Amino acid sequence: MAVVYEKTKLLTDKPLHYCPGCTHGIIHRLVAEAIDELGIQERTIGIAPVGCAVFAYDYFNCDMMEAAHGRAPAVATGCKRVNPKNIVFTYQGDGDLASIGAAEITHAATRGENITVIFVNNAIYGMTGGQMAPTTLPGQVTTTSPYGRDPKLCGYPIRVSEMLATLDGPAYISRVSVHDVKHILDAKKSIRKAFETQIAGKGFSLVEVLSACPTNWGMTPQEALKWLEQNMIPQYPLGVKKEVE
Amino acid sequence: MAKLTIAVETCKGCGLCADVCPRHLLALSKEINSRGYHPIAISDQDQCIGCAFCARMCPDAVIKVEK
Ligand SMILES: Cc1ncc(C[n+]2csc(CCOP(=O)(O)OP(=O)(O)O)c2C)c(N)n1
Ligand code: SF4
Ligand code: SF4
Ligand code: SF4
Ligand SMILES: [Mg+2]
Repeated sequence: MAVVYEKTKLLTDKPLHYCPGCTHGIIHRLVAEAIDELGIQERTIGIAPVGCAVFAYDYFNCDMMEAAHGRAPAVATGCKRVNPKNIVFTYQGDGDLASIGAAEITHAATRGENITVIFVNNAIYGMTGGQMAPTTLPGQVTTTSPYGRDPKLCGYPIRVSEMLATLDGPAYISRVSVHDVKHILDAKKSIRKAFETQIAGKGFSLVEVLSACPTNWGMTPQEALKWLEQNMIPQYPLGVKKEVE
Repeated sequence: MAKLTIAVETCKGCGLCADVCPRHLLALSKEINSRGYHPIAISDQDQCIGCAFCARMCPDAVIKVEK
């Protein structure tokens, strides 16, 4: 019998602490598979965020570092510049990247820093108990928008990928989703492409992955995937936002 | 015929794998694993086509598929 599919050796044996049905786990796996397939394990350094993925350093079988909240792109910049042979990625939530870390990500992108960013957009602060994020949808109920996000009061959600794609620095920016098998396969291709962009020395790459937070959305894992597909994708259209040949 | 190996102890019983099985072969078992979850189980191994949709959907990399 041949193996059709098994857990990549780029993930450690440590069981993930994420809630049942949390798609952080799928995204971890896709990143790990991409690193494995590209044969870059020995020279890859990942930067973990603050957020539910704060323990990411326990799960990836490559060198990992932990950054202060939102500062992963700055730490990644150092790791890359000190030895450009390193392949450096950050893994960041939407609170981490688009609130407290908005400056770091914007400047890393506009510098064309040759790093790869995996941006997990679940439209909420998962770790801290479900507060409104810059990516929370209009009308979405969170613990800090109990009547639904009112754009008149709180502003509109930020489309990070489109915004960064207006800059001259980035080489590859795309948005993908993991709500079904087809989209998971597409997401994997995009993540691979982002790492290939870095390997080729083309500059900054970012993949925004729409992700479900069943716990803080107050849904079953099944309902959460459906909600993501029906509500997040219209607000955050999938596709390649920028690609420099 | 394909073969599924389920890492019962790491399964969190979310059921996402079951929803994508084109043959509807997966369901939560009555057993409880050491972390308190009902792990997934396959009803009829002979019906499995080895598509690995279940394994690709699983957030916890629980399923290995051979064919
Ligand atoms: C300097 C600082 N400010 C605030 C916090 C509290 N905090 C921890 S995680 C987090 C946001 C997490 O949301 P996100 O980045 O979207 O990750 P998720 O948990 O949703 O994956 C916040 C505000 C902190 N740890 N450090
Ligand atoms: S709180 Fe949300 S994002 Fe965090 S592990 Fe649970 S489901 Fe995932
Ligand atoms: S490999 Fe395909 S047919 Fe077999 S259990 Fe998984 S999803 Fe179902
Ligand atoms: S998707 Fe994974 S964790 Fe969820 S029930 Fe299936 S095997 Fe278990
Ligand atoms: Mg979040």
